[in-house]
Amino acid sequence: MELLNQITQFVISGLATGAIYALIGLSFAIIFNSTGIINFAQGEFVMLGGVLTIFSINALKLPLVFAVVAAVAGTTLVGVAFERLAIRPLKDATPLALIIITIGTSILIRGVVMLLWGKDTQVLAPFSGNEPLHIAGATLLPQHLWIFGVTILVIVGSRLFFHHTISGKAMRACSFNRRAANLVGISVGRMVLFSFIISAALGSLAGVIIAPLTMTAYDVGIMLGLKGFCAAIMGGMGSGFATVFGGLILGMLESLGAGLISSGYKDAIAFLILLLILFIRPQGLFKKGETERV
Amino acid sequence: MKSDKIKFLVFCLIVLAAPVPLSQGYLTNVLVFVGINSMLALGLNLLLGYAGQISLGQAAFFGLGAYGSGVLTTHFAMNPWLAMVLVALCVALFAFAIGFPVLRLKGHYLAMATLGVGVIAHIAFNETVDLTGGPSGLSGIPNLSVGSFTFDSDIKNYYLVWSFALVVILLSLNMVNSRFGRGLRAIHDSEVAARVMGVNARLMKVQVFTLSALISALAGSLYCHVMTFISPTSFGFNISIELLTMVVIGGLGSVYGSILGALLLTLLPELLRAFQDYDIVFYGLLLVSMTIYLPGGLVRGIPALFRRVMPARSGHA
Amino acid sequence: MKRLISTGLASFALLCFSTAAFAAAPIKIGALFAVTGPASFLGEPERNSAQMVVDEINKAGGVKGRQLELVVYDTGGDATKAVQLANKLIKNDRVVAIIGPSTTGDTMAVIPVVEKARIPLISCSAGIKITEPVKKYVFKTAQNDTLAVARIFEQLKKEKKTKVALLTVSDSFGSSGREQLKSQASRFGIEIVADDTYSPKDTDMTAQLTKIRASRAQAVICWGTNPGPAVVARNAKQLGLNLPLYMSHGVSSKKFIDLAGDAAEGIRLPSGKVLVADLLPKSDKQKASLLAFVKDYQRHYKAEGDHFGGHAWDAVMLLKGAIERGGDTPEGIRTQLEATRGFAGIGGVFSYSAHDHAGLTKDAFVLVEVKKKDWALVK
Repeated sequence: MELLNQITQFVISGLATGAIYALIGLSFAIIFNSTGIINFAQGEFVMLGGVLTIFSINALKLPLVFAVVAAVAGTTLVGVAFERLAIRPLKDATPLALIIITIGTSILIRGVVMLLWGKDTQVLAPFSGNEPLHIAGATLLPQHLWIFGVTILVIVGSRLFFHHTISGKAMRACSFNRRAANLVGISVGRMVLFSFIISAALGSLAGVIIAPLTMTAYDVGIMLGLKGFCAAIMGGMGSGFATVFGGLILGMLESLGAGLISSGYKDAIAFLILLLILFIRPQGLFKKGETERV
Repeated sequence: MKSDKIKFLVFCLIVLAAPVPLSQGYLTNVLVFVGINSMLALGLNLLLGYAGQISLGQAAFFGLGAYGSGVLTTHFAMNPWLAMVLVALCVALFAFAIGFPVLRLKGHYLAMATLGVGVIAHIAFNETVDLTGGPSGLSGIPNLSVGSFTFDSDIKNYYLVWSFALVVILLSLNMVNSRFGRGLRAIHDSEVAARVMGVNARLMKVQVFTLSALISALAGSLYCHVMTFISPTSFGFNISIELLTMVVIGGLGSVYGSILGALLLTLLPELLRAFQDYDIVFYGLLLVSMTIYLPGGLVRGIPALFRRVMPARSGHA
Repeated sequence: MKRLISTGLASFALLCFSTAAFAAAPIKIGALFAVTGPASFLGEPERNSAQMVVDEINKAGGVKGRQLELVVYDTGGDATKAVQLANKLIKNDRVVAIIGPSTTGDTMAVIPVVEKARIPLISCSAGIKITEPVKKYVFKTAQNDTLAVARIFEQLKKEKKTKVALLTVSDSFGSSGREQLKSQASRFGIEIVADDTYSPKDTDMTAQLTKIRASRAQAVICWGTNPGPAVVARNAKQLGLNLPLYMSHGVSSKKFIDLAGDAAEGIRLPSGKVLVADLLPKSDKQKASLLAFVKDYQRHYKAEGDHFGGHAWDAVMLLKGAIERGGDTPEGIRTQLEATRGFAGIGGVFSYSAHDHAGLTKDAFVLVEVKKKDWALVK
């Protein structure tokens, strides 16, 4: 009975962390699908979301809602600048060059944030207070509910966008075959920009809702980015439910691993799972498609 | 080919003579680390530049070499040279084994897999406290010695490390023009075409991966005996990125480019010291601008720049 | 005759001139701090404190008429860089002594370098291996983890809470603490019933705490530096963990209370006295230096002068004392450092000797508790 309660707690905490990984994974997948680029700077968008919100509240004295909007807008601007200045000039670059440039940009963003806001950890007040809720033998904080809620909204929103709007369908067309999309009149360049906007917004949103739980600093982006990428791979880089499930599963496995096996090797477990998936089923856990593995 | 040999001999002479004007300065110490980084960069260059396979986990093999030698010579009091050989062989075997599944992947998936290997290795170094000393590190590692001659000063370590480095350079240079090297370049250009021509792509990729790991492990062993103390912070993800930067900035596929990259990036903190806290920003800017404006690395970019600035030299407009 | 006098005068003038020039030559002290990187919470306050106290000493006329020149290099918490920079300080800048580094890892890497070059090193990191066994040229100002651990265990034994769960961070600070906690437990009759770890950048420790909640633990000891312990405190509150929660001196700063918020209430930890300087009795030998340090740091940097900055302050002052007592050369400074007795610094009262290069006793730590978002002494 006690063990069951424990496992319930592990699962619920894991789902909360997993939801964040899911959001970040979605951001990765969106950019990858329209450009073929893995954006190693995605984690920094998440970090910016939290940092900018705190800045807006403390220095600009904005109320929470406006601060969040400001943070998301600010990060989106950074994403646009990134796309224009770093990605666009490299239209036909090798995957290696793209990886390096996104890594370089992530270092740059981190450095600038460190200079502007210091290296200290910063706190953001929880959106709805701090009283723990008890569900089925486990405890949750109200902030966890916010995370679940926002994630569900994002899933629904992205489903609607990618399957029921012209722009969304155009972006999916780009991911299937860029040249064909170009031929039917879709402005690929604009779609690329769009995908960066959406990813930056999503990433920063994830950063904002998790900041009250985990606090934030200039270097939280690295690990979050990596884990989000794991989630995306587990979900086969699709822009939908698969990636979300990938993230949730990753979060749960991490939590269960830390609780039941070893807390020291928690991250190693996550990456080991990633390696196994890459070796055995690189198309992700849910997809049935083919993948480049020649 | 003759000019290659001459270039190499000249380089050897430079390496041999370099410490003389620097005798009292601390730059000799820095050059020891340039030597180690050069070996690492060359190993990565074989994989990345010749065979076109991305690896973000080179630090894992570097660390395995360092901790392997470190643990064997402290906990088990093994002879350092024996330990070095043993560790190199073990790491090579390990690389060979995981090479097969890992190198079936391409592009970003390969990058992620190698990253995963690197992170797992780093965590292992941190957690196996009884063996590696964990986060507090492993101290008391002996210097290398031959008979009664111990490599315990900067200048002695310089020649030790660079002897190994020169051998690796020679190996890399010879490989380019060998059957193996041509096979690698064929794979780089188009793996499918290479296979059609009868190149055993899969085996060759694993072979070069193993060779690269072997070189990194050797560098690791040398590193631990030079420092006499190692800790996990020296073998993390950021080191893998630094190595990648060295190879790319120097020039992918160029042996001397990798050395130039290693030299620059080891010296860069010195040059950036004036900027204090701004050095991270500078580093990021450097990476980004190099990739956009000088994608061939310095080794190709500087002569190209030269040619643009002085068109009269090239005989035609 | 005239020639003799003029030569004599000229030589005399030259002598005076050169002595004056010699007297004006600054004393170069090197410093290695992890100002950037994962240990910047150590390196930055240390660099600030060192700079501050060197400026003040110079304003007051220097040491024995000579100005101090502080050459600071940033190791970034990287052992390789620490070694390179130590070499630079010794061979290029020709310093007579080095203070720092900030982390145990960097210190252990640098020890062979300074021992070989025979330059005294006053480390600001806590690892017990730094001064045990004693190395001729290596001293330290940060308190041993053993002393902090002893304080906590003493209190737990007094309150008859002998079954303890450990939650330590997997970096050198945490692992060193964990080593000490495990090795000293039996001496105080403490039994360790759970032993878990977390990574420095982890954001959720509910899994580990859930495990601990199910164990027979009567108290939890968390050993780490911000922000980890703040997350642990919040998670513990979320899970409704009602056990007494002890932290390490790694979070002895107001910042911890800010980060942990309401969850900080009731948490206890061993702290250097700098945290509660105003609560100390007037008879305490350190009170004067502590209050001066806190006030100066606040004035200079508009921030809380903390425990870590104090390590660097102590190092510089100890050097000053050694130089004043006659140490001009590195060898002389080393000898005079060893002769330090009863120096009331920020970290404690220092007395070095030939077999004790750590210099502090149990009294370097007091036990404090968070009461109403501020610190209170535990009697």
